[in-house]
Amino acid sequence: MIIEGHALCLGPDIDTDVIIAGRYLRTRDRSEWARHAFEDLDPTLSSRLEGTVILAGKNFGCGSSREQAAIALKEAGVRGVIAPSFARIFYRNAINVGLPVIECECTCSDGEMVRADPAAGKVAIGDRSYLTRPLSPRMREILSAGGLVSYWRGRR
Amino acid sequence: MSTLSEQILGAPAGDYVDCPVDRSYVHDGTGVLTLEAWRAMQAGVLARPDRCYVLFDHIVPANNSVTAGLQQDLRMFAREHGLNFTDVGEGICHQLMGEGIALPGEIIVGADSHTCTLGAFGAFATGVGATDMAAIWAEGGTWFRVPETIAIRLHGALALPAEAKDLALTYVARLTMDGATYRALEFVGDGAATLSIYSRMTLSNLAVETGAKAGLFYADGATCRYLEGYGHHARPQQPGECCYERELHIDMSAVVPVVAVPPRVDTIRPVEEMEGLPLDQVFVGTCTNGRYEDLQRFSAMVKGKRVKVRTLIAPASRNVLARATGSGVLSDLVRSGCTILPPGCGPCLGAHQGVLGEGEVCLSTANRNFRNRMGVGGEIYLGSVSTAAASALAGALASPGAVR
Ligand code: SF4
Repeated sequence: MIIEGHALCLGPDIDTDVIIAGRYLRTRDRSEWARHAFEDLDPTLSSRLEGTVILAGKNFGCGSSREQAAIALKEAGVRGVIAPSFARIFYRNAINVGLPVIECECTCSDGEMVRADPAAGKVAIGDRSYLTRPLSPRMREILSAGGLVSYWRGRR
Repeated sequence: MSTLSEQILGAPAGDYVDCPVDRSYVHDGTGVLTLEAWRAMQAGVLARPDRCYVLFDHIVPANNSVTAGLQQDLRMFAREHGLNFTDVGEGICHQLMGEGIALPGEIIVGADSHTCTLGAFGAFATGVGATDMAAIWAEGGTWFRVPETIAIRLHGALALPAEAKDLALTYVARLTMDGATYRALEFVGDGAATLSIYSRMTLSNLAVETGAKAGLFYADGATCRYLEGYGHHARPQQPGECCYERELHIDMSAVVPVVAVPPRVDTIRPVEEMEGLPLDQVFVGTCTNGRYEDLQRFSAMVKGKRVKVRTLIAPASRNVLARATGSGVLSDLVRSGCTILPPGCGPCLGAHQGVLGEGEVCLSTANRNFRNRMGVGGEIYLGSVSTAAASALAGALASPGAVR
């Protein structure tokens, strides 16, 4: 699995309340979460997420266990998230909903082309390239099945 | 020898293990998404419905018809499939699981980040998201990476007016918001034994604010006595000489009342330095500080006086509310001008019952002060129950020392 997109740079410690605010959680309409993603950070951001790879600072996705945070980004067309570290529940959630996440410390400038291979732990941004920890075999399988639901159904 | 997490998960740190889950739980928020994922999996039956809990606490009673509809679906499902179910008004999931359900040595997984609260009982308790939980419903177990452990070594005892919440905010500030990511915390040392079960729950509750997966206390005499009250015969757990990744030493007698300044839980200031900051709302409750002892301490300080600011109190459970009713604590709170909310999360998550307006400032006894959490443009300071009481009386941030 290769992820490709334009870099979108975000700061450290982006919490799940910022990714999708608590006031939008009670619905089954997933596009609602995509529409309001990052609203409290920058209300214009959600319309620019399609086709991006988010390059964030450390501790991305800290805070609540709400899976809507990972779903919101996937629904909004984010191709993947790269950060030096993730909060562990968000990390598991992202894999489970089929949103690739890569732990990598890299420099970011908005709009640069990003190409990454989470299974191999390879990231290329503009003309820079990084080697990082590859995903565990099980996470790789879940991700390539498109998430835990289809992985689980496929195994039965 | 091994850490408590290694003992319970049965493997050394760094290993990946597949474990049966002793108890799992969801609330009305995460439960809806769990149910959706579970239906998509087409698993048919739950592996161990008697080990699964559905506890309504987040938006209770429902605030609008969409929420009500989603809750009704989950309620029907829980009843049809034989999951343990508690409805509107019973209390916060972590509190209810802590009222004689969670036991030492168990593996407990909740679809809520503050599941770590139950580490106070010597359980390995951690949060997951909805799809992970759906797989637990279907299979009865899940995978973990056994965490490395950071020891929080507590020395001495707390000196009034400092309380467990001040100690909790102090260790979070020392570790920082990602200082324990992927790790477990273990609270050890002679100071740990001085803490009541309620105080331990407050400490374990904030573990996730450092990124930790779990925050554990070894079950001791106090744990066993507490569980005895619920008819359980638990045995103390023995700490061994173990290999902590690192140790953080805290002298409890040096802890002072602090507040966490918005929007970060790990940025604390002594209350004394912040006195006089005008407040629009004081909120006492949540899985951090909504227990009977908290209400009692608050009411002892405001009894016979009048609060000067909008003060909302949400008991953590029906049990807490019933005790407060029986002991007269509740009527003291009502007479002093406080507004009592139904048992549950109340305004903690910014969805109902006390949402902040633009520019409003709240002192809350909860665990998170993220930007806009309790309402767009509102600011949240986190503090102890005593600080909340002194501040409610002053109408501004005030040090508890003066009132006590
Ligand atoms: S009281 Fe607040 S922090 Fe605790 S479970 Fe409820 S919403 Fe979450």
